[in-house]
Order: sequence, then C-alpha cells, then structure tokens
Amino acid sequence: MRPEAVEAMLPFLTERFANPSGSHGASRDARRGVDEARDVVAEALGGAPGEVVFTGCGTEADNLAVLGTVRRHGGVAVCSAAEHHAVLHAVEHVGGRVVAVDAAGAVDLDALADALDESVRVVSVMAVNNEVGTITPLDEVAAVVRERAPGAVLHTDAVQGLQWLDLAVAAADFDLVAVSAHKFGGPKGVGALLVRGNTSVEPLLMGGGQERDRRSGTHNVAGIVAMAEAMRVTVATRTETVARVQALRDRLVDGLVAQVPGLRETVPRDRKVAGSAHVCVEGVENESLLFLLDRGGVCASAASACSSGAMDPSHVLAAMGVPREVAGGALRLSLGWASRDEDIDRVLEVLPAAVQRLQPERPERPGAGVGVPVA
Amino acid sequence: MKVLVAMSGGVDSSVAAALLRDAGHEVVGVTMKLWGGESDTGCCSVADVDDARRVAQQLGLDHVVFNFGDDFAAHVVEPYLEAHVAGQTPNPCVECNRHLKFARLAERAEQLGFDALATGHHARVAPPADGRGWRLGRGVDRAKDQSYVLHMLGQRDLARTLLPVGQLRKAEVRARAAALGLRTAGKADSQDVCFITSQHGRRAFVGTRRPLHPGTVVDTGGRRLGEVPAVELVTVGQRKGLGGPGGEPARYVVDVDVPARRVTVGWHDDLLVEEQDALAWRWVDGVIEDAVLAAGTAGPVLVQVSAHGRPRPATLVLADSGVVTVRWHDRERRVAPGQSVVAYDRTDELVLGGGLAA
Repeated sequence: MRPEAVEAMLPFLTERFANPSGSHGASRDARRGVDEARDVVAEALGGAPGEVVFTGCGTEADNLAVLGTVRRHGGVAVCSAAEHHAVLHAVEHVGGRVVAVDAAGAVDLDALADALDESVRVVSVMAVNNEVGTITPLDEVAAVVRERAPGAVLHTDAVQGLQWLDLAVAAADFDLVAVSAHKFGGPKGVGALLVRGNTSVEPLLMGGGQERDRRSGTHNVAGIVAMAEAMRVTVATRTETVARVQALRDRLVDGLVAQVPGLRETVPRDRKVAGSAHVCVEGVENESLLFLLDRGGVCASAASACSSGAMDPSHVLAAMGVPREVAGGALRLSLGWASRDEDIDRVLEVLPAAVQRLQPERPERPGAGVGVPVA
Repeated sequence: MKVLVAMSGGVDSSVAAALLRDAGHEVVGVTMKLWGGESDTGCCSVADVDDARRVAQQLGLDHVVFNFGDDFAAHVVEPYLEAHVAGQTPNPCVECNRHLKFARLAERAEQLGFDALATGHHARVAPPADGRGWRLGRGVDRAKDQSYVLHMLGQRDLARTLLPVGQLRKAEVRARAAALGLRTAGKADSQDVCFITSQHGRRAFVGTRRPLHPGTVVDTGGRRLGEVPAVELVTVGQRKGLGGPGGEPARYVVDVDVPARRVTVGWHDDLLVEEQDALAWRWVDGVIEDAVLAAGTAGPVLVQVSAHGRPRPATLVLADSGVVTVRWHDRERRVAPGQSVVAYDRTDELVLGGGLAA
C-alpha cells in the first residue's frame, strides 16, 4: 500500500472508529472521513460526489453495474470476451452476449456493432485489460453504442485503468465506472462504482440504505479513506509514474526478448499501459516457470487463480486467438508505482536461467549469464 | 533431499509430509487440481485443497497447486467412460496413479529439481538388496495396504519415490497427526472415486456423458429372467437376487455383453474359472521380465484382484502376444474386465507386476 494511504487510514482504526451512519459526534466525525473521501473519488473519476457508490471491491462494483442494470431495467447485457470474470460471469449469468476481441485483446468494434440492437441495456467494456494491459479506446466504443443501441448504459471496468489513464477524460462518455483500491496503492477489500447522472441500478445489497440505497452495509470507513488518499496521490503523481515505469518496463522486456529464446512480447507497446509486461515463452509450462521464479524471489502470475489456487488457462489469451500451446507459456509480469530498478535486475537474472532449466535442449543465448541458482 | 509431497488433504499425506520434514528433508507440498466438477469424497476437492494447504502451513512447508485437469480428463475420466461403454469395470484411481501421480507429477517434480516424490500411500519402497532391484512392498498395516493400486511402479519410479507412511499402522498415523495438532487427524478416509459424488452417483455421472441402454438378463442357458435399466453399469461378479431360507440362492453376473445388450447371470459356481487372462502386463523389474520370458512361466505367486481382496495362489503363463494368463491353483471367481490383477511374490510382501483383467 502507499504509505500515505496507510497513514490516512490508521486513525479510523483507532480513535475515529465510530459508525458513520449514526447521528452523534463520533459518528459525524467518521462520516466526515467518508464524505471527504467521496469528494476525492468523484473528482478523480470526473463525476459528482453523489454519483460515487462505495463497494467492497471491484468485483462488486462490476456486478452492481451489470446485474444492477439488467435487474432494474431488463434487456440484454453485452461485454467483450476479454473482460475480467467479474464482468464476464455476470453477463453470462443473465444470458448476455459476448463480443470478440482483436488479436491485441481490445473489443472488435465491428463485432460490437453487430451485437447491438434496441434490446441491449448495458454494454460493458474494460478500460485496460488486467492480463495483457491493452487499452480500450473507450470513446470509440461509446460512439458505436450511442449509434446502435442508444438506450443502452455504458459500463467500464476501469480497475486497471486509474493508475495509468486520466479516467475523468477517458471514461467521460461512460455511465458506470468501476475501480478497486488495491490496484492503485489502496487496501484490499474496497472499491467504488461511479453511477453517472440519471443512471439507476438495482442494488445488490439491501438493508440500511447506505450510499443512497444503492449499497447497504456499514461503511468500511478506514478502507474508504485509504482508497481516496491512494487515489489522490496516484492522480497527482501519475504523469511522472507512467514515464518512470514505462522505462523500467521497456528495459525489462527488451532484456528478456534478447536473453530468452522463444520469448515474445504479447501486445505491442503502443496499445497497452506502461506497467504491463506480459510475455509468452515457447516450450515451457507456466506453472513450472512460476515455481522457479518464486524460488528466485520473483513474484509473477500467468492467468487467473481459481479458488483452489491452481492456474486456469487464460480466457483472455484464448479470446485473442493465442494458440493453447503458446498460452501455456504465458507469463504476466506487472509493474507499478513501487517498481524499482532492482526488481528489473532480479527478473533479468532469474528468468532466463529458469527458462533454460525447463528447456535444457535449447542453446544458451550470448549474454544469458550464469544466473542465480534457482533451486 | 528435496522432496515434493503429494498432499490430497487426507491424514496419510499430511503425516507423510511431517515425517519427511522431521527427517530433515527439504519438503514442498503439492496438491493436484484434477477435477473441476463437484467432489465430496475426500480426495482433491477444493475443500481438500484447503485442508492440504492449511496442514502445510501448520508444518511450515510451502504448498503449491498444479492444474493437471486436461491430463486427468484425457487419461482418467474419458477412459473411465469408454470402459463403461465397452462393458468393463475400470479402476480410475489406478489410472490416476499411472498417468497423473507417478507420471505427470513425477516428471514435473524432476523438472523442478526435486530428488523424490512422496505420497501418503500405505505401501513401502524396498531398495535394491540380495541381488534384486527396487521393489514395492505392502504397507505394515495389512488392512490398509495400498500396494495394489501402486503396482505399476517400475525401477525408475521406485528409485525416486518415498512412501513414509507405509511403515506405520493407520492408528499410529492418526496418533501422530493428533500429536502434531493437524486439522486432518480425525478426517475420514476418502472413499470411492473422486469425481463421483455421493449425491449423484455413478449412474448420473456416466449417464449424463454417455448413452446408457437397458438390457435383458438371461441365465447361462439363455433363458430370459428380466431386465436391467443400464447394461453399461453392470459388473461381472455382481450379485443379483437374494439367497435365504426358502428363497433362491444368489445369482451372480457372469458376463456382460454391451453390444448385445445382454447380462448373463449364473450361480456362484458359474463364476469360478481356472484361468484369468491379464492384458497390458508390466513387471516391476526388467530382470524378472527377462526371466519370465525365458521360462514362459512364473510361480507359484500370489495374485490379488481387488484393492483389499485376499491374494490367491497361482502360476503365471506368458504368451508370445504378451498376454499373461493367471492359472489359479484353485478355481477362483472371474475378474471383471478392466480391474487390476496384481502378482505378489511367495512371501506375499513384494509386488512382482500387474495388468488388467481381460
């Protein structure tokens, strides 16, 4: 977590611990923490404070957008095939339509147009893909939807977007914008959905009526405060962070491409965010690679972990048309605001040696080095 | 040594991990994700993975999960279904050991730098001695012995496999687990096939994936006796009808003919045979194999045809085709096709080899 966010939340775990829904002084004090947080979040997302709905996570925000719209207004839900499961499963659950993506993982605008008609009530397209980092041109998506399904609500899962893009601008045409604190240096277990203007959704949680009846449940005050502070710092430092992280990412991927036989960068740099370093390595199984990387002190992932902790094959890569054998060697290395040169150095030391161990027949490329013993 | 311990979430593999840790090995626990559907039998479901992970945490061991779902589907589930269609009685746990645990997982272990793979099976690995190679031995607790389902292990496998729990009686395993405060100390042993739930059963599992056909039941003379709703689910040796005072003696299924949709039943005596053919036979050791090939026979040996059945004396005859014929010393029941047939040495302690009943 960003240290500013940790510091901001501590008082709300101790002396400012009251329930903000009460009427006494201690409550009002906690309430103020939530109100101020709301203002910060609204500004970062380009909306009004009353449009911000705090949730327990990004998944909840996505579910609220998709299920909440269809349950209140009926109609069909549409999303891209590369969406996070928090959107995909919700759309499938209500019998919606899934639209193809292009080879880089962004929604295919022609396929989207074909899937739209007047029965469509919500269109959900992620701002940035969580696995491969691809940026969706949200304004182009909005244009297609306004033309073909003008009655539809536009939702974007922007969970991976806030730290790289100015969402207030990028998602300006979208009615529902979902974010999740832990992706930009806030705590786990708190997120938000911007519900713009006249847009209305049926709540997932009913009860005390918090968040203007849109999300009942006692506020995670400390989490909300920390989320807002993390958001504030992220937005303030974004330009500098993007440039710095991009340089680190470029050094990392250039180094890996040079040193690891059969390693390819999955998405071109001009189509993805600065922190995404997703690659595919030929001839290795990513479970084995991740194990060796872990031993070498490198924390990476491949696709998504299921509830047992096992890796499932990536639906995103499948949607992009990446063959199964290639996807089996997919590696997701993600950089963020806390990444440093030492991290890049470590990966460049450990990964080539790990791959070589798993591909013993391959000749060693010049410059691969001795590497850190990985066992 | 660096040891990868396969942890199913049960008490045996929990204690196996503890024993190896205490012996000073560098231990990592692994649970395989094999089946993505419902599972409630106590082996490898998501709940069992949780148990395995928490035990590993209690023991201070790293724990990983490997997704071998594709291999499981291809090598265990699909053959299980096809065997039913062919009128056979498969043992998927044997196939899981053959293709997953001691193949896929063992290969992965070697690839990742482990010196050995360990499991919680009740069996023992006997290192080379007295001029013979590696052997698989029965577990000390005869009632829990699992050497039968591990009979396919060969020299290379045995040299890299550790079976720490085979030295202990089951009660001792549970006592050790309790002493360590392991959450699985009191967990019931897993029963039955991991992908068949107690709620839905085999009929629903097979029936939703393959067509099942009703069949006629006839006696050994061809006289029609009745019907069965699904001929594919009938097993040779299965009892049909009750015996009892004043009632008929029990009849047994002596043959299943799926294409003809016919089940033949007979009296107990009709089940008894003098010989039993076994296919896909593997010997534990090339030396034994060469000796048998040269002599054409092996024996007397003891042959076991079910997981906890009593082994019976026999002589093995090897045909040019590779088929091994078990010549029983006394008549024994015909074995359901697809079940494993395992030969033990004269001491009834060491596995010599095994195959599948024809």
